[in-house]
Amino acid sequence: MSTTGGAQRSQSPRDAVARPRKVRLAVFKFASCDGCQLSLLDCEDELLAVAEAVDIVYFLEATSRVESGPYDVGLVEGSICTPEDAERIRQVRRECRYLVTIGACATAGGIQSLRNWADHEEFLRCVYARPEYIRTLATSTPIAAHVPVDFELRGCPIDRFQLLEVIRALVWGLRPRTPRHSVCLDCKRRGTVCIEVAQGVPCLGPITHAGCGAICPAYGRGCYGCFGPAAQPNGESLVSRFVSGGISAERLVPLLRNFNAAADEFRCQSDRLQRLGEGER
Amino acid sequence: MTGERRIRVPALSRVEGEGGLFVRIRGDRIDEVKLTIYEPPRLFEAFLRGRPLEDVPDITARICGICPVAYQMSSTHALEAALGVSIIPEIRTLRRLLYCGEWIESHCLHIHLLHAPDFFGADSGIELARRFPDEVARGLRLKKLGNELLEVLGGRAIHPINVAVGGFYRVPRREPLLRLLPEFERGLEAAVEMTRWVASFDFPDYTRPYEMVALQHPDEYPMNEGDVASTNGLRVPVAEYERQFEEFQVPHSTALHSGRVDDHRAYHVGPLARVNLNRNRLSPTARRLADEVGLEHPCRNPFRAIVARALEVVHAFEEAIGILRAYRPFTPSRVAYEPRAGGGCAATEAPRGLLYHRYALDDRGLVTFAKIVPPTSQNQRQMEEDLRDWLPLVLGPDDAETALQCERLVRCYDPCISCSTHFLTLTVARE
Repeated sequence: MSTTGGAQRSQSPRDAVARPRKVRLAVFKFASCDGCQLSLLDCEDELLAVAEAVDIVYFLEATSRVESGPYDVGLVEGSICTPEDAERIRQVRRECRYLVTIGACATAGGIQSLRNWADHEEFLRCVYARPEYIRTLATSTPIAAHVPVDFELRGCPIDRFQLLEVIRALVWGLRPRTPRHSVCLDCKRRGTVCIEVAQGVPCLGPITHAGCGAICPAYGRGCYGCFGPAAQPNGESLVSRFVSGGISAERLVPLLRNFNAAADEFRCQSDRLQRLGEGER
Repeated sequence: MTGERRIRVPALSRVEGEGGLFVRIRGDRIDEVKLTIYEPPRLFEAFLRGRPLEDVPDITARICGICPVAYQMSSTHALEAALGVSIIPEIRTLRRLLYCGEWIESHCLHIHLLHAPDFFGADSGIELARRFPDEVARGLRLKKLGNELLEVLGGRAIHPINVAVGGFYRVPRREPLLRLLPEFERGLEAAVEMTRWVASFDFPDYTRPYEMVALQHPDEYPMNEGDVASTNGLRVPVAEYERQFEEFQVPHSTALHSGRVDDHRAYHVGPLARVNLNRNRLSPTARRLADEVGLEHPCRNPFRAIVARALEVVHAFEEAIGILRAYRPFTPSRVAYEPRAGGGCAATEAPRGLLYHRYALDDRGLVTFAKIVPPTSQNQRQMEEDLRDWLPLVLGPDDAETALQCERLVRCYDPCISCSTHFLTLTVARE
């Protein structure tokens, strides 16, 4: 009995053939800042058209309309860091035909994965006077560590045009096309002078996944890896170059341990550097 | 029935982050009202320790995707205080311009997509757009202008990359800012119309004896600096903040509560507090409009916070226009500093209210201590007290309707649960 206004509108013949019914879209949040789901509301020019093209049936941040599953597409923001969420993501997976993680938290564990390197109990004591009231896990893990994921959208935050591409593709039953090359290539396309070469600023552009538009080097600072590792990154080579250029492990480890700290390539390199740094001492 | 009755809202909607409401009623007595916040803690204050101070604005931005600039502003000012850095007036002005962008974006989101639907019984801004297509489309255009300003100044709207301790990584050229000017001039007119629309909503006749807290500055509407002032006559420098306000923990929330230090009593931060404490420093158009739409002074009706929010959008447009017109690129884009051991604090006005940060640094420029008090933590206790007072007025036989009325009150605060968890689901229990 939960039909709403959107369902009765007449469809064009093409729609009637290609899409017998609207895609039911749900948006779920786990540990995160809300920025990636906000990206959908930031599509100011496209938002009302998207709401016509798909049926947004569960999106707590934007609507009080709550329909139960199953859903055609689930967009998942955030990482898993409580026992309840580790259980809830299994339920979400069961209800979604196609599950897409949006952003660095859902895809790599987010900045909160820094706890993975720390004494979690001590972290809790640092923030809460009564840590016994708080139920959390000692690690922050990506969604794919818990359930199969159909597509991952990178970024901290995601790029809203890439999100629109994912929705467009899913409405038409296609695989989303998002480039997997490195930020480095986008700098060349933009005509930005390389700040690593020209100024010796450590920049993760050569090993970082494209999608941001290579903004940091264009604003005079090194890439800090918010889209996570690119396809086939050579982190070892990049890190070696930084080290031979005299940049200390003490400076490089925090650069790699950022919003995608727990992504494989970044984690391997930061751990290697840390061992190196400890060896020097 | 004299038994226990429980009303639960397991997951509040149209708020940022995850929380619910729980109410327990015994007979006709309201026994317990709790904003239950189960947003998973991300422990920012713990993992900031040991990080280079330069990372702090980028990391704290990730506390909130809706108001990242606020976190960048409070953190840079607190770190600059610790380092003994004084910024130049040009940087100060450009930071106000950046804040104007965020106030516009965040306020227009809350007004049109999260709050206005409550006044028309709509589920969402999208549903509201079917009844008010022009008004919602106008709201989205205004929101987009805020985001465009953030993109030019900050590199992107969510988690901007251009804010640095000491200033900016790069100052913008004049042309991209000047290109925004005609749009902002039309935006100001649209924001005035938007405020008249919002002020015409049907507001419940309901007031509360709030102590309202906001920054106060002698000659400007507060954004990045000022003293901490309250409607009860408090006025202290920001360095005194922790002697006046205290965070404490309750079992039902992963967000810390905040209260006045002596008796943990509630206080209210946000646009309504700012307007009440700084009405005569609103921009000329916003000040005239406040009188025209009949906003009482001081206004203690939480439902009318949406009018204060709209007036601040007008203010932000008018102030931004002035800055855009006068802007010339300058050097240096940031003030240089040497790392030194020390501590510093700062408060700025996030869209949702006062945001306090304090840091300690060692002599290598690494963070040794971080304390962050977001606006929603400060409003939590006030929201619970409001609900306790509001519930008897709206309590009917239908739990779903009662729950809806409670959610409406909570949404007036534009709560940001992601921020405060370091916050909401309504559960009403009747016995």
